[in-house]
Amino acid sequence: MSEEHHADTGARLRRMADQIANNLRARGHEEAVEETAEHIWKFWDPRMKAKIFADDLSQLTPIAREAIERIRRNAQDKDQALEEFNSVGETGHCDAG
Amino acid sequence: MGYERQQDFGTPEVKSDEMVSLTIDGRDVTVPAGTSVMRAAAEIGGSIPKLCATDNMKAFGSCRLCLVEIEGARGTPASCTTPVMPGMKVQTQTPRLEKLRKGVMELYISDHPLDCLTCSANNDCELQDTAAQVGLRDVRYGYEGANHLGEATDTSNPYFDFDPSKCIACSRCVRACDEVQGTFALTIDGRGFASKVSAGQTGDNFLSSECVSCGACVQACPTATLQEKSVKAIGKPERAVVTTCAYCGVGCTFRAEMRGEQLVRMIPWKDGKANRGHSCVKGRFAYGYANHKDRILNPMIRESIDQPWREVSWEEAISYTADKIKKIKAESGARALGGITSSRCTNEETFLVQKLIRAGFGSNNTDTCARVCHSPTGYGLSQTFGTSAGTQDFDSVMDSDVIMVIGANPTDAHPVFGSRMKRRLRQGAKLIVIDPRRTDLVRSPHIAADYHLALKPGTNVAVMTSLAHVVVTEGLADEAFIRERCDWDEYQDWAAFVSNEKNSPEFLEAVTGVPAEVVRGAARLFATGGNGAIYYGLGVTEHSQGSSTVMGIANLAMATGNIGRRGVGVNPLRGQNNVQGSCDMGSFPHELSGYRHVSDPAVRKLFEDDWGVTLDPEPGLRIPNMFDAAIDGTFRVLYVQGEDILQSDPDTKHVSAGLGAMDLVIVQDLFLNETANYAHVFLPGSTFLEKDGTFTNAERRIQPVRKVMDPANGYGDWEVTQLLANAIGLDWNYTHPSQILDEIARLTPTFTGVSWDRLEREGSLQWPVNEKFPDGAPIMHVDGFVRGKGRFVVTEYIPTDERSGPRFPLLLTTGRILSQYNVGAQTRRTGNTAWHAEDVLEMHPTDAENRGLKTDDWAKLASRSGDTTLRVLVTDRVAPGVVYTTFHHPTTQANVVTTDNSDWATNCPEYKVTAVQITPSNGPTEWQREYTELSERSRRIAEVEPAE
Repeated sequence: MSEEHHADTGARLRRMADQIANNLRARGHEEAVEETAEHIWKFWDPRMKAKIFADDLSQLTPIAREAIERIRRNAQDKDQALEEFNSVGETGHCDAG
Repeated sequence: MGYERQQDFGTPEVKSDEMVSLTIDGRDVTVPAGTSVMRAAAEIGGSIPKLCATDNMKAFGSCRLCLVEIEGARGTPASCTTPVMPGMKVQTQTPRLEKLRKGVMELYISDHPLDCLTCSANNDCELQDTAAQVGLRDVRYGYEGANHLGEATDTSNPYFDFDPSKCIACSRCVRACDEVQGTFALTIDGRGFASKVSAGQTGDNFLSSECVSCGACVQACPTATLQEKSVKAIGKPERAVVTTCAYCGVGCTFRAEMRGEQLVRMIPWKDGKANRGHSCVKGRFAYGYANHKDRILNPMIRESIDQPWREVSWEEAISYTADKIKKIKAESGARALGGITSSRCTNEETFLVQKLIRAGFGSNNTDTCARVCHSPTGYGLSQTFGTSAGTQDFDSVMDSDVIMVIGANPTDAHPVFGSRMKRRLRQGAKLIVIDPRRTDLVRSPHIAADYHLALKPGTNVAVMTSLAHVVVTEGLADEAFIRERCDWDEYQDWAAFVSNEKNSPEFLEAVTGVPAEVVRGAARLFATGGNGAIYYGLGVTEHSQGSSTVMGIANLAMATGNIGRRGVGVNPLRGQNNVQGSCDMGSFPHELSGYRHVSDPAVRKLFEDDWGVTLDPEPGLRIPNMFDAAIDGTFRVLYVQGEDILQSDPDTKHVSAGLGAMDLVIVQDLFLNETANYAHVFLPGSTFLEKDGTFTNAERRIQPVRKVMDPANGYGDWEVTQLLANAIGLDWNYTHPSQILDEIARLTPTFTGVSWDRLEREGSLQWPVNEKFPDGAPIMHVDGFVRGKGRFVVTEYIPTDERSGPRFPLLLTTGRILSQYNVGAQTRRTGNTAWHAEDVLEMHPTDAENRGLKTDDWAKLASRSGDTTLRVLVTDRVAPGVVYTTFHHPTTQANVVTTDNSDWATNCPEYKVTAVQITPSNGPTEWQREYTELSERSRRIAEVEPAE
């Protein structure tokens, strides 16, 4: 297996997004988009989301593409809060002595 | 407690609404109708002499010692086979009975060695006790006649001996193998004086026979005929502590019988509600790994993985680790750190690991091995029912009329439950097996599946949908149940979907490989045969549509009204001893304990107030994504407790690439496992014998684990996690796991009523245990689903990307066997290697012949991911085009071959479908040789220079 395979995490994420969308498509387009978006929002780590947000969405299936676009729009409002959290240097925000 | 044998009531307990009152030796007793006189006497503290009777088997009436006199009845009936009658007056001790019993004992003892003082059963022998009980003083026959005293001992089994010179031919062992275990490996060969216990055919010994070494015969034997080798070596136990097995998800409870701090033997606890006094070879006998020479007892560190390990003190190891964690966190942020909790450690230990990650590291990058096994169960049942667990207790199977087993092999993977299921099947319950392989359940003594749907790997959803098609289109759905308990609109959408001709058994036959009439027969049987229960395993979940299949199973159960009472339900057979608990404790990256999403501010606040920290509101990384992030350079620290991801996870080369990219890998385990090849810190772990805590089994049953000896490594695993937590700046002060359990109860709604004290009193509790279910919930969704209305989910069949073709024309599927457990870390270090010294590749005769292969030949197994070599076993248990192997030995490297395909919803790996080609080989592949060299280099431990 090539190093490129192991390194191409972007391709993995696109595959994952398409797989979710394909398995939800039987619920009808709008519901599938909504549920794909919700699934990715609930279960993907922020850097995975950031990576696919920055990806070429034209490579995705239509349901996956619409779902990513939807959550990308919603995510922009939350970016500031996430950056502040992740920049913490001490142990969590623990105030234990 | 001091050592006492568990009370034996002589015959099984009988349940009846009708009660019967009688008098025994002038004492009144009232018992359920159907109870034997023997048991009734035992219930009031009486003790009628017996040798062939024991209370986990039907009465046999052969030894003639348990005779009684009954007023108005003729003769001296056997009390074991005589049911109580109203007003009966029984005498258990009269001169006549005394004479008869002495006569019987004389006959037994006339052909029995008189070596009590040197016998391993001395002072723990029912024959000895019974001889004393009946007042035997001499044997008038003498000892010069024909006898069996010269019979040779069979020492073939690694754990127990069979000495026929001591056998009294009571048949308890034969009956235990039949009734309790269901293997039927033993028989009484010959008649009269020539009667002898035989394991299998002439020429067989215990090891070569079909005996599965469950030990039920050893436990049943009233003499030293069948005796544990450990008792012979160590002596009689002096005390016993009840604890819970650390192998599979059945969660058998045992008495750990001790002599000092030495474990003499493990005896199944009769009051254990999961196992009801039975066990398998692993739990009963395979505990020797706890003091195996491979066990690492001292912490070790190294700067890089190409260096040998350096043994250090606990203080240095913890300090070194904490300094590295803090440094990397300062450089890369909290989300560069994460961990994997253990499904073998206790609930309390798992809870602390995820707490360390969340409160200490500052991320939600925590995951568990359920990722690779039953994560689809959590997702699928949560979507449909509202809970992430099975709906029944194990006892429920005894009320089932139709049992459907999908992608599971309980006789191998959950043996004690498998035995219980087989008992119900022998009573007449019907069986449907959905599996590509002809598992033992399909055809075994006195059991034959009514339907075996031998589907092509990867077509589970198609089969479930075609079953549903039959139920809906033939009018077999339980409409009353659905209208009352489920969302009717969703049902109608789903019913319309499954009714489509393209979901009929006839249309899908070409896809699944299952004849349409077989599907129709199975569906009709399940829908109309009475109480229908579904049991499933990793053959359902470890697929690209694992979650969809789980939802399909839930759909079928709801459609046929088989939820919410005894004998029915959806039952995932969870693999590991505490994988259910691990999930319950918040090990998943998106959920806190009790399956509540991290984004929920109210849930986070509960934890934040208790822990004094602010928690990350975003989901963290799942295990496969940790490797991706590591390769990307954004995930740098991994704390792995009690898991061996390099051996157990798929696509080994990707896992090793991920681990190799990390800056700090901390492994906490008993042994230098495969993952430790890539570790920088090794923290020695403790076994289940060395700590207190709880495990939660597949029936949601929380059971105590009790410490029977001090941890050889110095600390329980929970103490190690606490040391690390405090070293990075937290302030934990737990002194006993019961305090951690109190915290879990405080923070987790399904555990509110659980406490160590309560478990001590009641033995076990099945969650939820809270205000609504103060005593726990053996059966769930009785009055309604947890989510309110049951949800029907449309599950469209999407073929896996993994297809066989010209280059890889066969499909590989994987599984477990009885004697080894998962990656074999424990069982490979016990006598169980006698049965399975290596993983083998099962091939159909046609496929083998086409390749010039026969049993024991080396064969190269290749997929698009990689290749490995192992020996072949030619068998028709697999269908043509399908091959099968296990993954218990690291040298096999089975996961070099498995791919990165996974379940769409949970990333549970698709272990069960890999396109492969098989060719003859001379021996190990280059990868295997390189890996062996890497492994040997990685395990070097620098020698410590002697002090001056």
